[in-house]
Amino acid sequence: MIPFLRQIAAVTTMNLKSVPSRLGTSLVIVIGIAGVVGVMTALLSMAAGFKATLASTGRADRVIILRGGANDELSSVLYREQGRIVLEMPGIRKGADGAPLASAELYMLTDVVKKSSGGASNVIVRGVARNVWQLRPEARIVAGRDLEPGRREVLVGRAAQSQFAGLEIGDAVEVRDGPWQVVGVFEAEGGSHESEIWVDVDTLHGAIPRQGYTGVTAQLEDARAETFQAFKDRLTTDPRLTVQVQREPEYYASRSQALSNFINGLGYTVTIIMAIGAVFGALNTMYAAVSTRTIEIATLRALGFGGAPVVVSVLIEALLLALAGGLIGAALAYGVFNGYSVSTLNFQTFSQTAFAFRVTPELLAQGVSGAVLIGMLGGLFPAVRAARLPIVNALRAA
Amino acid sequence: MRFLPLVWAALWRKRPRTFFTMASIAIAFLLYGLLYAISNAFNKGVEVAGADRLVVISKYSLTQPLPYSFLNDIRLIDGVEAVTWASWFGGVYQDERNFFPQFPVDAQSYLDMYPEIVLPAEQREALLRTRTGAIVARTLADRFGWRVGDRIPIQATIWTSKTGDTWEFDLVGIFDTADPSARGQFEMMLFNHEYFDEARAFGQGIVGWYIVRTVDPARNAEVANAIDARLRNSSNPTKTDSEKAFNQSFLKQMGDIGLIVKSILGAVFFTLLFLTGNTMMQSVRERVPELAVLKTLGFNDSRVLLLVLAEAAALCVIAALAGLGIAAVLLPPIANKLPGFSGMGLDPQTFVIGVGIAALLALAVGLPPALRASRISIVDALAGR
Repeated sequence: MIPFLRQIAAVTTMNLKSVPSRLGTSLVIVIGIAGVVGVMTALLSMAAGFKATLASTGRADRVIILRGGANDELSSVLYREQGRIVLEMPGIRKGADGAPLASAELYMLTDVVKKSSGGASNVIVRGVARNVWQLRPEARIVAGRDLEPGRREVLVGRAAQSQFAGLEIGDAVEVRDGPWQVVGVFEAEGGSHESEIWVDVDTLHGAIPRQGYTGVTAQLEDARAETFQAFKDRLTTDPRLTVQVQREPEYYASRSQALSNFINGLGYTVTIIMAIGAVFGALNTMYAAVSTRTIEIATLRALGFGGAPVVVSVLIEALLLALAGGLIGAALAYGVFNGYSVSTLNFQTFSQTAFAFRVTPELLAQGVSGAVLIGMLGGLFPAVRAARLPIVNALRAA
Repeated sequence: MRFLPLVWAALWRKRPRTFFTMASIAIAFLLYGLLYAISNAFNKGVEVAGADRLVVISKYSLTQPLPYSFLNDIRLIDGVEAVTWASWFGGVYQDERNFFPQFPVDAQSYLDMYPEIVLPAEQREALLRTRTGAIVARTLADRFGWRVGDRIPIQATIWTSKTGDTWEFDLVGIFDTADPSARGQFEMMLFNHEYFDEARAFGQGIVGWYIVRTVDPARNAEVANAIDARLRNSSNPTKTDSEKAFNQSFLKQMGDIGLIVKSILGAVFFTLLFLTGNTMMQSVRERVPELAVLKTLGFNDSRVLLLVLAEAAALCVIAALAGLGIAAVLLPPIANKLPGFSGMGLDPQTFVIGVGIAALLALAVGLPPALRASRISIVDALAGR
């Protein structure tokens, strides 16, 4: 075993020492794989960022109540009376003041100019109740002040403020029936509510002809499945209501399914196609590496080195070059894209969702292991060929 | 031309190497073809927009409905030739994944507004006659196996009817588009606004948006301003734009698709440049003695230069054509599965630009080795120096 390992070490060292003399060809593997890993990591970090935004939206002990048959908040309509009935349902947790921790909300869209494109974009306007901070404790004001009832004022989410123009404190936003003034900025632990604009629901009712709600968000006593089921049954069997009840995490996940699939699908399709191209590039490089060293290899074999050390040494060279490429690509993707924020139209909710690219450790690991795999595939056949070279012919060819 | 066999032989001097290089180039062009087809499909709405059509929506949001009474206000504006309207129905056929848009419209004026929609005359008559009638795009009928005479149930998500959540429509016609590549833009179901307005549980008397045809595209801006000025002090101020600008702003909401596509392809082709350039360099380096023999036989410097360039061109263009070919084969089945992308394919322009990129690539990777080959000194090369 030891002589075998020593042979491998000897041949590998020799190979690696000759890399600088064939720098051009070796760089093909490094650059090719860096390109694949860079593009893959960038595209998948977009998917990861979107997923992270979703994961921090909604809590298991909160439910959203919409009209039965509605796909989302935008298509849902609850009449005022229905809203009141839902708010008074038993099973909703009570706040310190004894009032139910639930809010009947009015969800609409308004056009705000996106900074990057300069075009009008569908930004969510959520008419919220006064108890919104108790209902959604993850949300808090980070600049300015809270809304004052009766005044046409808005709070803007942190992500909305960074993506859209004219949302600084003091600016005016055309919500409905004229301008509304921005008085504060809120955060919601990175969740998708940060892409929204919040206004007081009663004030919003004063500005539009429509007098209903779109849905109710409520906090239950706890996050247990039985608690949810009991509450859901109570609402869906009430003859005065035709509603559906969903837990927030499930609701938000289902409303982003199509966009998630699209981003993931694009990422993986492009990556797989590019990876196939990179394997061809690696094959080329390693075949060239073997063929320029035909005589060396044959000489080694004539000296008594076995076929296996030759195979292993070629593979190791390919793997090291691939690894270098993988690390460069992953580092580039991290440097350029980590934290980069964008906003896009979620076609399921017809509204803008902002999120930041996240180059996670898992993605970096995935990129580097992908690189090693490409190196392995690209090195294997040339390595076997190197070991099988007929010694006499190879030496004579010189 | 008579040197073609020579170029061909040089190209295949090392089969595996040429094959692998070609395969990488072909894959880059496959990606180019697929991504551009997608990007073009997104842009199609802007491209096929009618030059003389305007879209009138609420100033606050496309989703904010407008009163039906605006019809008369708009009609009175000077420069308006025709007006029609539509609303977003947002229903679901069996499953949310079967998404396609449905619009309640005023059939007569809507079909007059969109000559792109090709519908047999008797089916048009049937739609006007049948209160619960509906027409669908051919691509949808193919996807769901619908025939004229079928009853199609659509689940309401917004507009519940007075009788419940499910609307039933009688399929009275199947339309196509004059331009097959515009099919994705018109992949929809149309039915009668009158029936919709009477049967919906709430919201009578409102419509989604108005579409206006002007007497002359040159007067679009003037007419748009006049419409908005007239409705400025109403309960629902409007925002009127040309159909092209409207589609463009909608597209912009998704983000810069063109930029994403260009960045990916930029990375791909940058990588490719190295790979192919290296192969060409290597191939010339190995052939120095052979090239010297050619020169001894009387080939001058520029002829050798052209030979090597021709080899690079053959390598890149053949591989590019293969990649584009694969893309052209893969696209139609993909398009049939994606809602709204029917008609997506490789258009001639993408094809020609692709071949142009291949030629540029050939020049970039072929020129350095070609110059080197043309500068070979016969004596040194033959002596192995």
